[in-house]
Amino acid sequence: MPGERRVKDVLRELDILPETVLVIRGDELITPDQVVRDADIIELRPVMSGGSQIAPGAGHPPTAPALRPSLP
Amino acid sequence: MKCRKCGGTAVLELRRHNAAFCAPDFLDFFRNQVREAIRKHRMLEPEEQVLVAVSGGKDSLALWDVLIDEGYRTTGLYLDLGIFDYSVDSRRKCETFAARRNVPLMVASVAEEVGAPVPVIKNVTRRPPCSGCGLSKRYLMNRVALDHGLGVVATGHNLDDEAATLFGSITHWQTDALARQSPALPSTHAKLARRVKPLYRLSELETSAYAFLRRIDYIVEECPFAKGATSIAHKEILNRMEDASPGAKHNFLFGFLEKARAAFERAEAVPLRECVRCGQVTTGTVCAFCKLADQVKRTL
Repeated sequence: MPGERRVKDVLRELDILPETVLVIRGDELITPDQVVRDADIIELRPVMSGGSQIAPGAGHPPTAPALRPSLP
Repeated sequence: MKCRKCGGTAVLELRRHNAAFCAPDFLDFFRNQVREAIRKHRMLEPEEQVLVAVSGGKDSLALWDVLIDEGYRTTGLYLDLGIFDYSVDSRRKCETFAARRNVPLMVASVAEEVGAPVPVIKNVTRRPPCSGCGLSKRYLMNRVALDHGLGVVATGHNLDDEAATLFGSITHWQTDALARQSPALPSTHAKLARRVKPLYRLSELETSAYAFLRRIDYIVEECPFAKGATSIAHKEILNRMEDASPGAKHNFLFGFLEKARAAFERAEAVPLRECVRCGQVTTGTVCAFCKLADQVKRTL
């Protein structure tokens, strides 16, 4: 992306919510108000993980998998 | 952006706390949140041996890291799901962490215990892979804890995980699940280990930042089967809410825990018995894990 701009503007342009990524420049985290420049290389590292949630308190005792109300 | 505590350059903004922190003060904040979770729900005794379920991801390794630094005696448990390179890489992350911190790590294999790895279980059951995976995880975590005389299992569930689970349970009005959703599940049977979630006060952004700042080498790639998972869809909805109204996820989860959960808990009373096959706790005659293993055996 050409030109100087704030991290928050970059994220908005990419339609990425600020809470969903770490913004890494070099080996440092930077905040949304920081300005990034042409030569900067920025990593946007997703923070979301998911899949087999071991909740909702389920398996206590082990019963049916989550989100399947009709199964034994 | 300035650190709320020291006025130095901030590395992380926490909108829901209307604050930003520098690296050392963020790490302090993070540890304080874990301490508060443990204290409030009496999750762990100071001298207690804790089984920490680790996946190689940011949450569970961050949890293990904090518990070690807080002085708990910990043993890691990695469950090898047999999910191609993802499992190979994530196991390596756990082994590297354990070696670096000089803590013990146990490994249990789903393929050995169930008779097939998660990708095969998915095909056999014709159900979403996360379903057989979650079932196997909770069964094996409990059994390994009991086999080794450990009374408590700590998992890396964070605020986003818990809020997404709550959202899913409410969407389906699973009142039994609502009754059991808690940061600390007590042992309600001699063969059930306690389960605690010391990161439930911390968001995914915060656990990721902690792992990054602590230079923990975690697996960033998502499980290949997580794409399209319901829990991910719920997280995305909640993230939109959070963006519009910082603190929304916290209020949703904590409001439930403080104001609503007890009402569901009172209605829930399920008699527990032991599985006639494996002896683990179940509500039926044969537990869901043994049924799954049977199904795999019959099909292969």
